[in-house]
Amino acid sequence: MSVLVYVEQAEGKFKKSVFEAVSYAKAIADQQSTNLTAISIGDVAEGELKELGKYGASKVLNVSADQLKTFVNQAYASVIAAAAEKEGADIVVLSNSFSGKGLAPRIAVKLKAGLADGAVELPSTDGKFAVKKTAFSGKAFAITELTSANKVIALNPNAFGVKENATDAAIETFSADIKQSDLGTVIKDIVRATDKVSLPDAELVVSAGRGLKGPENWGMIEELAGLLGAATACSKPVSDADWRPHSEHVGQTGIAISPNLYIAIGISGAIQHLAGVSSSKVIVVINKDPEAPFFKVADYGIVGDAFEVVPKLIEALKAHKG
Amino acid sequence: MKILVCISNVPDTTTKITFTNDNTEFNTAGVQYIVNPYDEIALSRAIELTEGGKGTVTVINVGEAANDPTIRKALAIGADDAVRVNAAPRDAYFVAKQIAEYAKDKDFDIILTGRESIDYNGNQVAAMVGEFLDIPSVSIIKKLNIEGDTATIEREIEGGKEVLTVSGKFIASCAEGVAEPKIPNMRGIMSARTKPLAVLDAVAIEEVSKVTKYETPAPRGTVKLIPADQTESLISLLHSEAKVI
Repeated sequence: MSVLVYVEQAEGKFKKSVFEAVSYAKAIADQQSTNLTAISIGDVAEGELKELGKYGASKVLNVSADQLKTFVNQAYASVIAAAAEKEGADIVVLSNSFSGKGLAPRIAVKLKAGLADGAVELPSTDGKFAVKKTAFSGKAFAITELTSANKVIALNPNAFGVKENATDAAIETFSADIKQSDLGTVIKDIVRATDKVSLPDAELVVSAGRGLKGPENWGMIEELAGLLGAATACSKPVSDADWRPHSEHVGQTGIAISPNLYIAIGISGAIQHLAGVSSSKVIVVINKDPEAPFFKVADYGIVGDAFEVVPKLIEALKAHKG
Repeated sequence: MKILVCISNVPDTTTKITFTNDNTEFNTAGVQYIVNPYDEIALSRAIELTEGGKGTVTVINVGEAANDPTIRKALAIGADDAVRVNAAPRDAYFVAKQIAEYAKDKDFDIILTGRESIDYNGNQVAAMVGEFLDIPSVSIIKKLNIEGDTATIEREIEGGKEVLTVSGKFIASCAEGVAEPKIPNMRGIMSARTKPLAVLDAVAIEEVSKVTKYETPAPRGTVKLIPADQTESLISLLHSEAKVI
């Protein structure tokens, strides 16, 4: 019995959300009085793999087959499930990232395991293995009991936090048989905007809505986000009108996020929008309408015109940063 | 080209979510149900790809008879026929198994779902069906084009996108961008009444998970309002009180 965590690499590096998943998996391993093993697929340097020890992985399985240099959903799932079986791991943890969302269900079927995706807390320890996960697009949580012997958990970004737990990680090469039929998808191109903070795992988010009046007015939103090191987001009407890309749309039919700080500018706060952002730790609302429903769920608010408030906020932030 | 689209029956997006029976059941009183919005995107793309006699679109739902109006809505949008596996959908594992059992000998070229259902937010069914059928699955796609035997797909990744190809049968879960949702017209609504809707029995499968309780998010305290000309106070509150910057 042990815990296996899949550590997703991007261009040979691990992101904060990976260290968070390792921290979370380590806490589960401690609950179960067992060890944590990590599995990495693709080209990652030994120094980077060793980093995983900092967060509690005592063993790291390194898979670096030629066919697996870039992400192949089916083959990656097979390798992770094979590693779980070989290691005798009955709990598999992943980050609930875009790739994690494609892998976790396949791994669950392979291991005949219940899957809790969008997990926000550690499993209960009262004899039942129940995991709190987001449901109804952030309008509620479902306590989901995994009743199968094997279990798969996909952790939401920013739900647990990164916790150091220094361990010396032993790096082992892991080779798995790769079936040709598992290589059906072939990546042709990867486009990454490296100068911007990725929205799904951003700690700080600056978001704007129809109150901005047009796409040409996003300069100040981007400036504010840039100063904070925040990702930019928008409401549904904004992405529907093509003012901003769909990938920035947060809300019930967009993506659900849970940053430490969410600043909503010129967004009234329709129930569908709130659903996607209500698990943010701190919410700031800037809106000229004092009756905007968003103020009811905000921690801090400024009633005022975005075109006056945001430039002043930028000045104040510059002064604060000195 | 034969396409299967998996649809989910979900509460309307404006629904205020509440629970009954000591927070163990979703309170369905007064709730309007709709085709899951992402599944509508998948269905709309399937219809576009098969328009003009180029193929057929079947929709499948796992649920009880109360779901029939939602299934008829999908037929009104333009699916050719529908299948309902008659069972309460226990979890994604159960639903995926039912869909895979139905699809395994039907020779569908493509199976599409929405990126997630807006009730349980699973995004599990597509990849699970892919695994049960041992075919490739691509989750959360933004674009889908088919040329001959090869599909070119754009998938969202953190901070960017990935373009990939897949040949042969596959399943994908669709997000915004794949298609504009189609709105049923009068002819569609009329013809939906007579399109075939087959009802099948569910296959038995072991239980792997169950929801034992629901919780609603803890209410926030009252908003602290800051005068519009004192933005520096907001910055200092975020820094020293909320400790987020």
